Amino acid sequence: MSTALEAPAVAIERIETPTWQSIRRFAADGFSMTAAVVVVLFVLMAALAPWLAPHDPYESDLLRRLQPPAWMEGGEWSYFLGCDALGRDILSRIIYGSRVSITIGVAVVLIATVVGTVLGLAAGYMRGWVDIAISRVIDILLGFPYLIFAIALMAMMGPGLENIILALVYKEWVVPARVVRGEVLAAREMEYVEAARAVGAPRFHIMFREILPNILSPVIVVSTIRMAHVIILEASLSFLGLGVQPPTASWGSMVADGRAFILDAWWVCTFPGIAILLLVLSINVASQGLRDAFDPKFSD
Amino acid sequence: MNPLALVGRIAQLLPVLLGVSVIVFVMMALTPGDPVEIMLSGQQVTPEQVQAMRHDMGLDRPPLERFAVFLGNALTGDFGLSFFHRRPVVDVIAERLPATIELTLAALLIAIAISIPLGVAAAVHKNRLLDRLAAVGSLFGISLPGFWFGIILIILFAVHMQVLPVSGRMDYACEVAPFTRLMTIDSLLRGRPDCLADALSHLILPALTLALPMAAVLTRVQRAAMLEVLRSDYIVFAQAKGISRRRVLWRHALKNALVPTVTVAAIETGSLLGGNMVVETVFGWPGLGRLVVESIFVRNYPLVQAAVLFYAVTYVFLNFFADLLYTMLNPRVRL
Repeated sequence: MSTALEAPAVAIERIETPTWQSIRRFAADGFSMTAAVVVVLFVLMAALAPWLAPHDPYESDLLRRLQPPAWMEGGEWSYFLGCDALGRDILSRIIYGSRVSITIGVAVVLIATVVGTVLGLAAGYMRGWVDIAISRVIDILLGFPYLIFAIALMAMMGPGLENIILALVYKEWVVPARVVRGEVLAAREMEYVEAARAVGAPRFHIMFREILPNILSPVIVVSTIRMAHVIILEASLSFLGLGVQPPTASWGSMVADGRAFILDAWWVCTFPGIAILLLVLSINVASQGLRDAFDPKFSD
Repeated sequence: MNPLALVGRIAQLLPVLLGVSVIVFVMMALTPGDPVEIMLSGQQVTPEQVQAMRHDMGLDRPPLERFAVFLGNALTGDFGLSFFHRRPVVDVIAERLPATIELTLAALLIAIAISIPLGVAAAVHKNRLLDRLAAVGSLFGISLPGFWFGIILIILFAVHMQVLPVSGRMDYACEVAPFTRLMTIDSLLRGRPDCLADALSHLILPALTLALPMAAVLTRVQRAAMLEVLRSDYIVFAQAKGISRRRVLWRHALKNALVPTVTVAAIETGSLLGGNMVVETVFGWPGLGRLVVESIFVRNYPLVQAAVLFYAVTYVFLNFFADLLYTMLNPRVRL
């Protein structure tokens, strides 16, 4: 009796969603994939630091003060990248330092993206005074050069991990908020949104269930690009002495520590800097690949 | 441009400038450490004296009133005394500013000198070796931590090769009567080639460090703009008319392809202001950026407050000029 209602026996071809197409495009891009693998390795390094680090990053041994890297005269293979002015193993400190950079990079971008997305959605969809208020705040925050804003905030709040995250989030949310607002302004005129409105869907449903999933990919792409920027900012703050405080190993403060010894121990500040460069470069390459894969109109 | 639109545009700046000063004021008001205690630290004073001083400085008045005073003073260039120097903040800043301006201008020149030819060449040789190299180069440029790259340059050129000085702005042996207070220009004006060479040798490494990230961004912008122009009908037409390739490229195409680059350059000049703090610290450059960083550590807050406000206002105006420039260079965009 129900046979008439059964699905027709035509094989329905599986249609790939655009997201899957983008992921496939990204995976096919060898250069970006390599960079993404490097980023993953850095994350693993941060997570597994206690097991990977050959030595205690905080244990100083004054007999090994400024010991050169393994391949130089006076170097030892067990202290591969040499030691700093307190005789601490540089490689172990770099491995532990990745925790600071990655924690702050991820935390800042994550919080900023959530906050920025919500505010951008509200501004773009509700318009009116909500939009005016949010846009004004954005304009004012854009009036500050980023590093100067962060430096002033750190001077006010004092150093420390949570404070760096806060200081950077205070300005960082502006970036996703502007992207989201722009996307929402375009999306709210589209048919699917109009259709949702026509059937009487509540405002929050339209904002978060209809529009948000459709504008998510540019937001994700922008967030990954911003991660590189945030990591450099954190390193700069730590370099200036306004970031994570000693003895915690952070790449920026390691470079700062090494500055006094550039005459006879170049390795102290060189290697942490290479770690920053490598991580930031990989994030930049990977996020560029992500952007090209998700939004092919950009690739030229 | 329509003068009325210009006035409207300038009026739009006012709420931003007001907001910026509110934030700067609140930041410093919330900063821990009473300025009076910092000023009097190490001195024998009675609580009454402290109270009297707080009253003199207006610290016992309500916040809104204090903000009004701050704003009024700021408009007349009065930012109070620098705790540390015991001189008006404005004088201390004015003294350090030329060094920062010189460094910023030098970095801007270097960035433009690298990025425009490179961007054009990359667009012309799209997807070939040069283009790929430029792409890799700009990726490095935006990924380099400035503070570290500066130190590497010092290690290479000052410590190992010993061809350039480690830090500072000018050798003490060189005394040039100040005129513009930009050492390179002053040396030139006073006819002292030896001092000019010395000033340039001090300037080149910090300027290069500051310039590279900007050059990386500008190269990309220039390349993209050039690619777009090269596709346009009038270029195809110019080529079809038989005008030489070089002429088409440099006379016809570049003129239009420069519009986005100039705009982004103006915006990026603002971001150089932040980079200044780091680069000046690395190279011991006696500019405003280093002064701010030092002032934070000695809790010289009036100076930090004035400098942050100065940076922000400069930044707002730079962005404003970038906007204007874009409108003027590109008649299709109307305010």
